[in-house]
Amino acid sequence: MQPTDTKNPEYYHKVVDCQWGCPAHTDVPGYIRHIAQGEYTQAYLLNRESNVFPGILGRVCDRPCEPVCRRARVDEEPVAICRLKRVAGDLKDDFKPYLPPVPEQKNGKKIAIIGAGCASMTVANDLLPLGYEMDVFESLPEMGGLIRSNIPKFRLPPDVIDEEFDVIVEQGINLHLNHSIESLKNLLNEDYDAVLVGTGAPKGRELDLPGRYDTDQIHIGIAWLESVAFDHIDEVGEKVLIIGGGNTAMDCCRTSLRLGGKDVKVIYRGERHAMKSSDWELEPALEENVDLVLCHSPEEYIVEDGKLVGMRFSIMEYSVDDDGKKQSRKVDEAIIPCDTVILAIGQENSFPWIERDLGIEFDQWEVPAVDPITYESTLKGVFFAGDAAFGPKNIIEAVEQGHQAAISIHKYCNKESLTDRLPHGMNLVTAKMGIHEWSYSNDFDYDDRYEVPTIPMQKRFKDINIEVELGYEPGQFKREVERCLNCDIQTDFVASLCIECDACIDICPVNCLTITENDEESSIRQKIKTPADNLDQAIYVSEDLPQTGRVMVKDEDVCIHCGLCAERCPTAAWDMKKFTLQVPYASDEAIDAAKETKKAV
Amino acid sequence: MSYIKKPNIALSNAPKNELGMTYTDYEGAMSTLCAGCGHDSITGAIIQTVFDLNILPHRMIKMSGIGCSSKTPAYFANQSHGFNSVHGRMPSVATGANAANKELFCIGVSGDGDTLSIGMGQFSHAIRRNVNMLYIIENNGVYGLTKGQFSASADVGSTAKKGEANKQVPIDPCQVAIALGATFVARSFSGDKDQLVPLLKAGLMHKGFAMVDVISPCVTFNDHEGSTKSYMSTRESKREAVYTDYIAPFNEIEVNYEKGSSIEVDLHDGGRVILRKTDESYSPQSRGDSVKNIRAASEEGELLTGLLYIDESQQDFTDTENMIDEPLNSIDHKTLCPGKKALKNLLDSYR
Repeated sequence: MQPTDTKNPEYYHKVVDCQWGCPAHTDVPGYIRHIAQGEYTQAYLLNRESNVFPGILGRVCDRPCEPVCRRARVDEEPVAICRLKRVAGDLKDDFKPYLPPVPEQKNGKKIAIIGAGCASMTVANDLLPLGYEMDVFESLPEMGGLIRSNIPKFRLPPDVIDEEFDVIVEQGINLHLNHSIESLKNLLNEDYDAVLVGTGAPKGRELDLPGRYDTDQIHIGIAWLESVAFDHIDEVGEKVLIIGGGNTAMDCCRTSLRLGGKDVKVIYRGERHAMKSSDWELEPALEENVDLVLCHSPEEYIVEDGKLVGMRFSIMEYSVDDDGKKQSRKVDEAIIPCDTVILAIGQENSFPWIERDLGIEFDQWEVPAVDPITYESTLKGVFFAGDAAFGPKNIIEAVEQGHQAAISIHKYCNKESLTDRLPHGMNLVTAKMGIHEWSYSNDFDYDDRYEVPTIPMQKRFKDINIEVELGYEPGQFKREVERCLNCDIQTDFVASLCIECDACIDICPVNCLTITENDEESSIRQKIKTPADNLDQAIYVSEDLPQTGRVMVKDEDVCIHCGLCAERCPTAAWDMKKFTLQVPYASDEAIDAAKETKKAV
Repeated sequence: MSYIKKPNIALSNAPKNELGMTYTDYEGAMSTLCAGCGHDSITGAIIQTVFDLNILPHRMIKMSGIGCSSKTPAYFANQSHGFNSVHGRMPSVATGANAANKELFCIGVSGDGDTLSIGMGQFSHAIRRNVNMLYIIENNGVYGLTKGQFSASADVGSTAKKGEANKQVPIDPCQVAIALGATFVARSFSGDKDQLVPLLKAGLMHKGFAMVDVISPCVTFNDHEGSTKSYMSTRESKREAVYTDYIAPFNEIEVNYEKGSSIEVDLHDGGRVILRKTDESYSPQSRGDSVKNIRAASEEGELLTGLLYIDESQQDFTDTENMIDEPLNSIDHKTLCPGKKALKNLLDSYR
């Protein structure tokens, strides 16, 4: 194998599984250490740099970081990364003085931002310090987009949204609420230098079966949630069927329980493992006594005298045939009585206000043709971000798209190449404080994940707006932070210093090291005492060692970053080094461009 | 030496031996030796050995005397029996333990000082009696615990950390052991587990006294330029005379070695030792030949390693003394200690 290039920031980045898994590359171990030190404001700011809305995401993030957390490969459950983010949000002090200053003197460029959701406001947040003037148009009476209208208040209290969105507005953008854009053509005729479309995927998917239009007791999930959010709906039938298996279905069923639903069932056509809802969204629903009915495929709404009385389903059975193809067959039928049906089977993009002769191309599902790197549409100067760009994803994805769109808008306004973007950088600083002392807590101990306390069941249904989760108690989060393995403190190896004494190999508690003759990767992977069977994880291969010409090999899979290899190394060939990923934002692009200009002069 | 305790982590894919034990199960306390000490690496090799041989920890005794080396039994197999004896007196304690229970696997760990200086007499007599044990010398050529004076195994011309050269002739434990009639003599290097582990396995399964002299660099006092027992100089001077493989009786492996260049020796446990010579003229079954070759290599500045001498035909101590097979602790008290009358009868029989 070729020696591993640890100078490429992506190698160490991948070792930090949570940061690698996070679309916005949040420095998770970094903020967890801040929390451990009681530095909640710093923890919040470190979060905010990459994900802009830590308080919101600390409650409702899709948590792509947690399933990949190293802790789950060594211990049982991942670190409660998401809920620790909420700790930072809950306990921070005034962080506004630490935000990048916004210049009084504007740069003369004007941007129109359509929609005031997470992607749009990320763009505003990134462009503010660069002196852009921005008009933000929101059709609803409040900011937030999907998180305001579709996420129930018992999961995400409105004041949390207000706080994190108001911070951006207060820095000086022109916010136009209740202002829906009816025509992009008209907007383009105004004197904006660039336009961002961040209008999400606002259209709930329809399930057109017999009986659909014979009653008014069938609702589209996201529209229904929006009506509940804005107090247009405050009651529901007693027997409610939610059709669908995603997170929207979970929000619909739990909302139904709070509006008077007595018998609430979530009906999904497939098996449990095929459901899109996250475990942590399904579990509270089951805890609140929602029935989960699997393998029921809807066939017909049963309406008698204009009144919905039930739904007919095919009961399905799924199997995998010899060729590995999934097979389904109907085994029976069932009628489930109900008085209300809520459809939560997905959502779609919808742009009735974008004229099709402007030069913006769409595919057959109304998804615009957007460049996956620059987020520019086929019309120069019009950018898309968030669910509007590539269809429904999640909040943290929308934030990252916002960051990227902001870079593009800045470059577009400055007539720079949109594709010529700064790469990721990194900083590597030793974590050594003394012979056996490190600047992080390196002692591993098995410890179960701490459960976040919730309000008692009987209190939950009295008020639809009361938040169910209370957030961690100090006694809990102070233990939970210790579960983090500090994967960003990297084991950095210098081959020329190694005397091949084997000390690191012998001390490694997970036996992930070896010194061996260089060979093919598949062969080297088996030479480590605990074989490196997880092919998703890299193995490190050093340069040739000076005394025997063999190579040092490390399997990154189960390393717990305890630093014992470095403590045992007599020549400091191994060192533990704090890795910081440098993610470029619009302001970094501006600084870089300024440097280039200076050089040219 | 490390500040935190090595965490015990149970990984689902950690290899298990036939007893269902993992490598970690054979580990001991955290080492308090210097970081990079060769002794820790030998500890690693011992753990690998007993893991591979499927030895139940409580069927093993680990013996030592005094010195850096003699601390190491604390660092492996913490579920085994152990005895840390007076300086240089480990062989007599091991002999006693052997006499009391010949079913136990006995590993003695000693150093160059503990063996070749204060313990030279005990070492010689353990060889003479052919006590059934694996006797490991962790040989670094210096007295590490007393700040790096030359030991009895330091080579002439090898320098101390401050530059002073040794003038006294070293004692080579391998030559001494072969001359004294040892039945298993090997030499290896702490930095070469591929060679060391099979030697330890063969030594432990050999019936009789198996001595393995392991060059184990002292990273604090003897790993500098000018030292002949540093990592670098050992790697440069080391020459393998005989490649050794140990094939356990439970491993039915077909071994295909070229005839003529390899020798198979059957051990009493049913296992086999395969010796592959690197030099046709070398015979690891001839005492005279072995000593001659070791001397010749030494004069050339080479360190001859591998299984240098083996003789499976000799009886061990318990056999020559006609001792019973049952461990004494399994014999009831009355038989073991038959009382005053029996003693009187015994003494009378000599009158």
